[in-house]
Amino acid sequence: MSNAHAANKSVLWDWLTTVDHKKIGILYLISGGFFFLVGGLEALLIRIQLMGPEMTFLTGDLYNQVLTMHGTTMIFLAAMPIIFAFMNAVVPLQIGARDVAFPFLNSLGFWLFFFGGVLLNLSWFLGGAPDAGWTAYAPLSTQSSGHGVDFYVLGLQISGAGTLMGGINFLVTIINMRAPGMTFMRMPLFTWTAFVTSGLILFAFPALTIGFFLLMFDRIFEANFFDANMGGNAIIWEHIFWIFGHPEVYILILPAFGIISEVVATFAKKRLFGYSAMVFATVLIGFLGFMVWAHHMFTVGLGPVANSIFAVATMAIAIPTGVKIFNWIFTMWGGRNRFTTANLFSVGFIPTFVMGGVTGVMLAAAPADYQYHDSYFVVAHFHYVIVGGLILGLFSGLYYWYPRMFGVMLNETLGKWNFWTFFIGFHLTFFPQHFLGLMGMPRRYFTYPEEFQLGSLNFISTIGAIGMTVGTIIFVINIIVTHAKGEKVSGDPWDGRTLEWAMPNPTPHYNFLQTPLVRGLDALWIEKMAGNKGMTPAEPIGDIHMPNNSILPFVMSLGFFIAGLGFIYINTAGLPALIAVIGGIGIGLVCMFLRSWIDDHGYHIHKEDLLKENKGVDA
Amino acid sequence: MDVGQRLTDQNFPESPEKATLEGKNKFLGFWLFLGGETVLFATLFGTYLGLRNSFGKGPEASEIFQLPIVFIATMILLTSSLTSVYAVLALKENRVKAMRGWFFVTLLLGVAFLGLEIYEFVHYVHEGHTFTSGAFGSAFYTLVGFHGGHVLFGVLWIAALLVRNSGRGLTLYNSPKYYLFALYWHFVDVVWVFIFTVVYLMGKVG
Repeated sequence: MSNAHAANKSVLWDWLTTVDHKKIGILYLISGGFFFLVGGLEALLIRIQLMGPEMTFLTGDLYNQVLTMHGTTMIFLAAMPIIFAFMNAVVPLQIGARDVAFPFLNSLGFWLFFFGGVLLNLSWFLGGAPDAGWTAYAPLSTQSSGHGVDFYVLGLQISGAGTLMGGINFLVTIINMRAPGMTFMRMPLFTWTAFVTSGLILFAFPALTIGFFLLMFDRIFEANFFDANMGGNAIIWEHIFWIFGHPEVYILILPAFGIISEVVATFAKKRLFGYSAMVFATVLIGFLGFMVWAHHMFTVGLGPVANSIFAVATMAIAIPTGVKIFNWIFTMWGGRNRFTTANLFSVGFIPTFVMGGVTGVMLAAAPADYQYHDSYFVVAHFHYVIVGGLILGLFSGLYYWYPRMFGVMLNETLGKWNFWTFFIGFHLTFFPQHFLGLMGMPRRYFTYPEEFQLGSLNFISTIGAIGMTVGTIIFVINIIVTHAKGEKVSGDPWDGRTLEWAMPNPTPHYNFLQTPLVRGLDALWIEKMAGNKGMTPAEPIGDIHMPNNSILPFVMSLGFFIAGLGFIYINTAGLPALIAVIGGIGIGLVCMFLRSWIDDHGYHIHKEDLLKENKGVDA
Repeated sequence: MDVGQRLTDQNFPESPEKATLEGKNKFLGFWLFLGGETVLFATLFGTYLGLRNSFGKGPEASEIFQLPIVFIATMILLTSSLTSVYAVLALKENRVKAMRGWFFVTLLLGVAFLGLEIYEFVHYVHEGHTFTSGAFGSAFYTLVGFHGGHVLFGVLWIAALLVRNSGRGLTLYNSPKYYLFALYWHFVDVVWVFIFTVVYLMGKVG
């Protein structure tokens, strides 16, 4: 199939069938951004309910649903896909590759995530959302009436399969497809963190897959994994969930570390301080991330030996993290720092994340944790690391890579308003929650009595949440304003150091006309310092092999979506649900079969067309 | 060379499954996938070990397990691993007919294994050991059933490959597909060795 042939199809068809990592990155960003707004709205509803004592705005089961969906949406449907958006948009460019290793799987991973997210959120319209908390502890989750938790299990199962594919894809891409000269120790730090995060995904998500299957079997097929009356054991769920769940928080935060490392170095006009220590710290955090899951279960009663081991392992993570914090500060030290919006978010990240880390070490002390457990202190802690860490990092990445992804630059004035309202709002929301926790306010309760004196701090917290909302609205306005103006910028608007800035704007769909030759860390900066106009090519201009677009990933994901709906209703709807299950899985299997059956060799962009497109380039 | 072109003895590369970037990617990606699958089965084994003595309303493991039939199933599956090795050896030497023959034997052995497993499950259900009879039953059928599901998928996979490529020789495009199936099949076989030990032998004597 030739290029011209593909261009005849409609725009919608192009986006549904695309296997281009740059477009898939944008798809991830838009859907992740949408779910971020949904999850944010849910957070706002929670804060309004808690604004004063004994409010009746949002109570009981509905509060539980909103609370559960806030956590679930933010982790699985907002944070993860936005991370994948950056990995797609940036990693192949940073290593000098023309695409990811498995473009078809990349598309499949996105559509599975998308349909899983849609399935989960359909629960709002079909009788009620899941209400057992984002951790879905058994037996609360197995006893929960209605279909809410079924939507949770099936929706996340489908989207989790997509995430696992993404993880494998990026591991292979980074190992096999680096440009000549791009050794592991010359990779930009964002690529390194994407690499380690993908490894964590590979070894953490299958545990969750099984956890979801067990929970699904207990709820839908009357299995007895978590039913103590039949010999089951609810603690197994907690172990499985956290064997996944703790690596998951490092899956989330490591790419943010990568973004900060890129942004701080670029805007300090300096090489990242302690690059090899940063790499080592990243790998060490990834490794230790698997050794600490039981610190979520100190109060379960595993005994003093287990608690002590997990407490010490948890505290050990503070060391590589501290290495990173100091390296960022030393990178800025003596640099010619430009405080663009991207850099403001990065600089704001550093002290905020340290605060989250300090409460983390406090929580790691097992005896003290008996006091903090399930209180607002924990809520404050994980929002400091996830919002104050990850989300600030993602905003930083958005402002930094927006010109690369969309060819336009976000407005800096609005960006600074965005930063300050969001940043101040964030601290106003979550700083008081530490004290609410220490004063005894338990998490997940929908109200508190007046005489407990929790009203004023809760009120301040809600005002902060409104500040964060204002910040987010300014961000949305910024996007609209920027695209309405549509001022194109050059391919290298920040005077960048790494390969993703070595291409013209917009990025050609084959990325690099000639694969670049990498001569060291900060490959582009080295060429700039040597007085070269661009990268030195590693090959003459020749035919470029490209993968074909395909609708199969979309249809396959739709099939599993239908099967998921069928499973949810299999005990109440009878035959139609059974037909949906069989039909849905059938669609999925037929798509797999077609993928195997149809020979797909991709197509070539010919040298002559490339030369015509790029006049004035030496062959 | 065009990846869809039939390989001859003259231009046959040393490892046709890894001769292209796509082949290399698939090779590495599949090994990583098997790493993930290991975690998947490890979680199932962990759950099973936690619940293997919680019989609930069902019979005890040592009462119902029939080692002779499980032993035959084990031998069948181990043999199928051997035949897939022969197939891969033939693949590396461009002996297409031999390769397809050995893969076909692998397929037949896989089907035989599935037949025995279904027979075994039906027998257990008659003895009162069901998916819902207790935590042990749930854990047993989930672990062994997941493995059986993997065997079934492998059987469908190799059947599709054999039908699609009938009358076609080895190319740089289809060699990785055959090779990856063999990798998958070995993995499924190794998991069974653990099931035989942890579920059946420990169920009888542990």
